[in-house]
Amino acid sequence: MSSPLQLQHVNVKLLASDPASVDLELLIPIFHGWIRDRVFEELLLDVADYQHVPEGPGVMVIGHEGNYSVDNTDGRLGVRYNRKAALDGTNQNRLNQAARAALTAFQRLEGEPTLNGTLRFDGRQIELFVNDRARAPNHDATRVAAQPELHAFFAKLFQGADYALSHVTEPRRLFGVRVKTSKPFTVAQLLGNLGN
Amino acid sequence: MKSSNLLWKEKLAGKVPENLAREIDGYETDIALRKQGKMDERVFAETRLRRGTYGQRYDNGQRYDGARFQEMLYPSGDLTKGPNTMWDAPGMQRIKIPGGGLNADQLETMAELAEEYSDDIAHITTRQDFQLHYIHIDDTPTLMRRLAAAGITTREACGNSVRNVTACPYAGVCQDEVFDVTPYSRALSKFLLGHPDCQNFGRKFKPAFSGCAQHACGLTSLHDIGFIAVTRTENGVEQRGFQTFVGGGLGAVPYMAKLFDDFVPVEEILPLTQSVARVFARLGEKKNRSRARIKFLVQDLGIEKFRELVLEERKTLTYDPRWTDFVDAAEKFTEAPLKPGGETPGSASDGFARWVSTNTRPQKQAGYVTVTVALPLGDITANQLRALADIVRRFTKETIRTTVEQNFAIRWVSKSDLPEMYRELEVAGLGDAGAGAIVDIVTCPGTDTCKLGISSSRGLAGELHKRLAEKSFELDESVQRLHIKISGCFNSCGQHHVADLGFYGVSRKVGGFAVPHFQVVLGGEWEHNGGSYGLPVAAIPSKNIPQVVTRLTERYVNGRTNGETFKDFVKRTGKMELKKALEDLAKPPADPNDRSFYSDWGDPREYTLGDMGVGECAGEVVSSVDFDLAAAEREVFDAQVALEEGQVEKAGKTAYQSMVHAAKALVKINHQGISDDANEIVGEFRTRFYDTQKFWDPFAGGKFANYLFDAHQKADQAYTADSSRYLIDEAQLFIDAAHSCYNKMGTAVSA
Repeated sequence: MSSPLQLQHVNVKLLASDPASVDLELLIPIFHGWIRDRVFEELLLDVADYQHVPEGPGVMVIGHEGNYSVDNTDGRLGVRYNRKAALDGTNQNRLNQAARAALTAFQRLEGEPTLNGTLRFDGRQIELFVNDRARAPNHDATRVAAQPELHAFFAKLFQGADYALSHVTEPRRLFGVRVKTSKPFTVAQLLGNLGN
Repeated sequence: MKSSNLLWKEKLAGKVPENLAREIDGYETDIALRKQGKMDERVFAETRLRRGTYGQRYDNGQRYDGARFQEMLYPSGDLTKGPNTMWDAPGMQRIKIPGGGLNADQLETMAELAEEYSDDIAHITTRQDFQLHYIHIDDTPTLMRRLAAAGITTREACGNSVRNVTACPYAGVCQDEVFDVTPYSRALSKFLLGHPDCQNFGRKFKPAFSGCAQHACGLTSLHDIGFIAVTRTENGVEQRGFQTFVGGGLGAVPYMAKLFDDFVPVEEILPLTQSVARVFARLGEKKNRSRARIKFLVQDLGIEKFRELVLEERKTLTYDPRWTDFVDAAEKFTEAPLKPGGETPGSASDGFARWVSTNTRPQKQAGYVTVTVALPLGDITANQLRALADIVRRFTKETIRTTVEQNFAIRWVSKSDLPEMYRELEVAGLGDAGAGAIVDIVTCPGTDTCKLGISSSRGLAGELHKRLAEKSFELDESVQRLHIKISGCFNSCGQHHVADLGFYGVSRKVGGFAVPHFQVVLGGEWEHNGGSYGLPVAAIPSKNIPQVVTRLTERYVNGRTNGETFKDFVKRTGKMELKKALEDLAKPPADPNDRSFYSDWGDPREYTLGDMGVGECAGEVVSSVDFDLAAAEREVFDAQVALEEGQVEKAGKTAYQSMVHAAKALVKINHQGISDDANEIVGEFRTRFYDTQKFWDPFAGGKFANYLFDAHQKADQAYTADSSRYLIDEAQLFIDAAHSCYNKMGTAVSA
């Protein structure tokens, strides 16, 4: 699929099922462990703690290619991946990469014993946005241009299951969508749907 | 790096002021040249620094993970952006905001940049700047273009240049000010930016303006040049001018600015500053960075000689119309409100009432207040910045400024709008009460991101904020008004010297293990533009600092006489007594299995575990070096007490002796037979620790050793109150450095 719109610096956020039960403080040693143990191929560099900021980026592990965080922007707690380095390939490749990174991080956190099962994917809600206003300004033209790419991607991710898609229309915000599926998925199922 | 950098260049063509566009293009070329190996790394480092682009912690490509140092393998390999600074390592971008003044569009630009290039957070500094962290160097030209298109420059935000010209954020609306300093600070900022006479300094140069002498908002005492508004009447005509101070500065050893002139007419402030800059550029130290601030030049020459040289220099200047072009307009300068003034509606909630009591300040204009938006640790998200832009558009003519307490001040708010504004701020998560109170803690970045950080100032500030916020309004009113300021190291970016309760990061070795500590600094004064500097009382493990705060504030509440300030309470009680009150907190737990003290706040990695000696076990080994350094610390404390008691000579001598004894402690490690002769000790110290660079600080170099050499050289001279005071600070820093040196050696010597 070719498109004049280049979706670079894709962010994917998977919402948590029970935000109130999540203690962000516990993420700090976990993220330090990720750096120490080099759990991803990406180069992870540092941990940033913004628990003190209301509805902020929460606790982050800063990477060279991308940041991972348990993010509370808009009061919607979830595991977020923010792709920083540009990626070659198609828009589908880039959407796929960001979604896979977010899902892999969430899968790891769901299995993290110190969190004691408190951080779990809610199964239905995903946010996707493009952290680049030059390439994807948040207006109608971008929404129209991105529609086929997004539907192709979500059709694959949800394997044909129904989903509702809404745009964050405030023009100053990043271009992005909030997606809610008709049926719940596990992280493993979504990773499986993305394929290799 | 962003894939859209070229797109932005095209998109912003013609929207960036020509001079800035040309300069940013040049910087972009420098980046290309450096990548091709055609520009020396040192030259490139100064190039980027002068544009506010800093390095950040771990940018040498190594990071301690709690067990070992790991190499960070960046894609750009060995390419550097300065000595020992890897190209791909994230850095910090400082953004100058003259006088802290912004408009709504600029807030929105800052939001976009924080989101797209940083980690969604913009940070306000203690000099009214913004800082964005985790920025890739390749993105910086685009970031600068987007700022320039919004009317903001990063030029000379760092490097050996004129830094942000700060000014009281309440200028023009303050009830006590002499006159509005805003237009004068703006004129000076514009005049000095890129001025040829300001391009050859040995270090930075920081100007500040205040509208009055009694409040803290301008902090002129701790600036290289400070202006306080004054007027005089001649022939029945009132003239505006500035009481002008020079040679102030915090840093490792704080200097109080000296009075240069009681009255400098407004027409003269630009040429006078130009003359000061020329003298500084000509005579200021260039090689030894630790002596290169203007405060040392003023101290060495004496204020009289310095004044004489500046006034001579003034005579040589060729007239520049910019010196006075702004003056007529400045006298007429005024801001206007958006809404008519009003009265605060009654019968509001407790939360609103608290917020009004701490976060609003009546203006001299009836019916209006200035609202302070308190930011925890000076941090604000992109969404909050946009919300703030909406709020200032809705309620004011976009009259908002950053403050030196890392907050925002929204000016010209009609009192009748307060409930609605409070509601909107609350929705945005910006409605916290307690602005300027004990809970509103000022802190530098510390070990979170700063390369120089020793202890986690933000971690400690976050912990104190959490604990104090829970009980803030239950605290005694006298405690609520106290100021806490924290620096991650001796460099004082958190302005700990002018706090009631100040802390700066140091490390100590306990039983063979490094333990993060903070020096407790008491007795500073925030009011009167930073009227006096506190002195260190004791080094306490980081994890015990919350107890220090509790204990000292409780003691103050119970022991203060009627209306006594904390500073006066400290003076009356005496540092000896206060040190004694903290004695039990100075020791980590005896239980070697309790590891909590061996990591810092907000960072679970074991603190400098790499320094651990083989086979050592906490609590088992106490070396003679530990004992000797502890004795030296007691001596420097005695020196403080002597100074407080007015025994200037004794204070200076004792401080000097404490340095000699600390040096001897280190020399003894490999030369047990060292005598008590100061000449021999200093000589051996020089050979064994200075010449070998063992004592060198990774960033300050030989600065602390030079404190000893200078003191030794001047040991026969009489001490003055000033010289004793400086020597005490230097002695404390020398002893801190001796601890660090001993930690780095990793060799415990059994008693």
